[in-house]
Amino acid sequence: MFGTILTLALRSIARHKLRSFLTILGIIIGVAAVVTMVTLGRATTLQVQKNIAALGTNILQVRPGQGFGRGGGGPRPPDFKPEDVTAIADQVAGVTAVAPQASATVTAVYEGANWSTTVNGTTDAIFQVQPWPLLDGRRWTPAEEQAGKAVCIIGGTVVKNLFPGIDPVGKRFRVGSISCDVIGTLTTRGQAGFGGDQDDTVVMPIKAVQRRFTGNRDIRLMLVGVDQRFSTDAVQSSITDLLRERRSITGGKEDDFNIFDTKQISDTFSSTTVLLTRIVTAVAAISLVVGGIGIMNIMLVSVTERTREIGIRLAIGAVAREVLMQFLVEAVALSCLGGLIGLVIAQLAVGALSALGGLPFLFVPGINILAFAISAIIGVVFGYFPARRAAALNPIDALRHE
Amino acid sequence: MAVVSGGAGRAVASNPAAPPADAAPLIRLRDVIKTYGSGATQFQALKGVDLDIDGGDFVAVMGPSGSGKSTTMNILGCLDVPSGGEFLFRGFPVQTLDRDQRALLRRKYLGFVFQGFNLLSRTSALENVELPLLYRGDEKKARRDLSMAALEKVGLDRWWDHTPAELSGGQQQRVAIARAIVTQPDVLLADEPTGNLDSERSVEIMELLTDLNRTSNITVLMVTHEPDMAAFARTVVHFKDGLVERIERNHRPGVVPEND
Repeated sequence: MFGTILTLALRSIARHKLRSFLTILGIIIGVAAVVTMVTLGRATTLQVQKNIAALGTNILQVRPGQGFGRGGGGPRPPDFKPEDVTAIADQVAGVTAVAPQASATVTAVYEGANWSTTVNGTTDAIFQVQPWPLLDGRRWTPAEEQAGKAVCIIGGTVVKNLFPGIDPVGKRFRVGSISCDVIGTLTTRGQAGFGGDQDDTVVMPIKAVQRRFTGNRDIRLMLVGVDQRFSTDAVQSSITDLLRERRSITGGKEDDFNIFDTKQISDTFSSTTVLLTRIVTAVAAISLVVGGIGIMNIMLVSVTERTREIGIRLAIGAVAREVLMQFLVEAVALSCLGGLIGLVIAQLAVGALSALGGLPFLFVPGINILAFAISAIIGVVFGYFPARRAAALNPIDALRHE
Repeated sequence: MAVVSGGAGRAVASNPAAPPADAAPLIRLRDVIKTYGSGATQFQALKGVDLDIDGGDFVAVMGPSGSGKSTTMNILGCLDVPSGGEFLFRGFPVQTLDRDQRALLRRKYLGFVFQGFNLLSRTSALENVELPLLYRGDEKKARRDLSMAALEKVGLDRWWDHTPAELSGGQQQRVAIARAIVTQPDVLLADEPTGNLDSERSVEIMELLTDLNRTSNITVLMVTHEPDMAAFARTVVHFKDGLVERIERNHRPGVVPEND
């Protein structure tokens, strides 16, 4: 008997393609929206966590100024000096290494190819602080670092744009006004969730950058590696005390520098994306319910419109239960179909938006199953009322219906 | 030509093909009453109808609007139940059946043809004819074979994949007849089957019904306003004021009476 009713329901859907499509449009949009939003939210969270992990865990970033969104007004706080780097490395317990950083935006040129990039001057300590292995070549020697020689290690984006299909190690190219020997290449780290492309960089001994590009001994950023056995909070407060002392900040005066714990950033970003995902999903879920009401609406109209048809079916011997089941199965089949189409659209949307936002393509089975199940349940719930109404019709009146 | 077989009240129509007279008729109405509404607006559509119809007969039901013929047909078609009295179908009291049981009775023993054809739109002739078989639960192959056979009987087997919109009125009514006979019912109930057709198509439909009545031994009950159409029946039942007024027997069905 169920096969019969399924046949009847599917025939009826196939006969009214436009009406069927309009009926399920709400479900399609609702399912597609929910699945897309949840998947993209999940992908964003994962990507942010991965990027932050790539920056390295147990790293404190020390910058002059009062951090995001604070300070402003007054003279700019002074940058750090190489002595600050040495002081932190020598005096604070739990610090494994301190890498200073000085950067400049430059144009790099190799055999007619131009590329605007950032030159980052640092010391060999950066390789202890950050887990950033070389893809090829070598690090600079202590002698080269000391002398501030123009040797550099370049990131994947620079390789791609200046040395397409060429092994850059051993080549000499122009960085700004100087020429520089490529001694190594970095492994690719990918897009950062914030702060742009981490592979678009030319890494050079800090002395070379200070002498040739910035023209001073200033350090804009220190990356402090923290020993696993020490708490980053404790190390952070030790550094704060040391820097306040060195920068002569006393009493209740606020720090004129800030220290960021990457783990803290990671947590903040994760909880923000999770919250945003929930809100957007809730909005999408409302559209799914609206889609369900759309199904009920069209099915109710359909019962009125098809009164005569129902009369014919009853007259030729359909029992009330069969008419009820036919309408119910029609509603469920429609909403399941809508759910399936919505899932397909969601995968396409996730694919397109992921590519656009530089996110990895993600398929989350849970939300797909859930969204499909909800669309089926919507079919049952919102299809039952119209179906019961159809089944309760009196065949004589139904046949007389114009 | 018509023979008046007596006044109002109990009347038995018979024909040579039917079982012996002492056997129970296929359909028996006894003192059937149908009342609509209640209180001041109460209306009695049937005031005690007695009618026997033998298996294999071809019966035309005539009468002015409001005479009770449609109500009687609805009761005979098991679409409606009498308010009082007895309706025996094959000796079984139909008034004791519930809604679904009557649906099953219609499915098994009855076929319907309507004035407005009442085919499912956007649905091929074959699928329309198949519909009762679907409810009966036939397999796909059996459905197709029986439906094609029914379409062949009405001369439309070559039109099986056409939808009602692609068929003429006469052809649509033939499809409806094929749908009604595909389950090989005992009784075919036709409610003004020629009401929407011109006279030429009407005669064709009546000849088809006559042929089905004779060759397939289907009992035909037909409501009609037109004496020309009633002339195809062997028995003509006249209704008036909620009662059977008279029953005529026509010994030469298919011949139009010269004067009435």
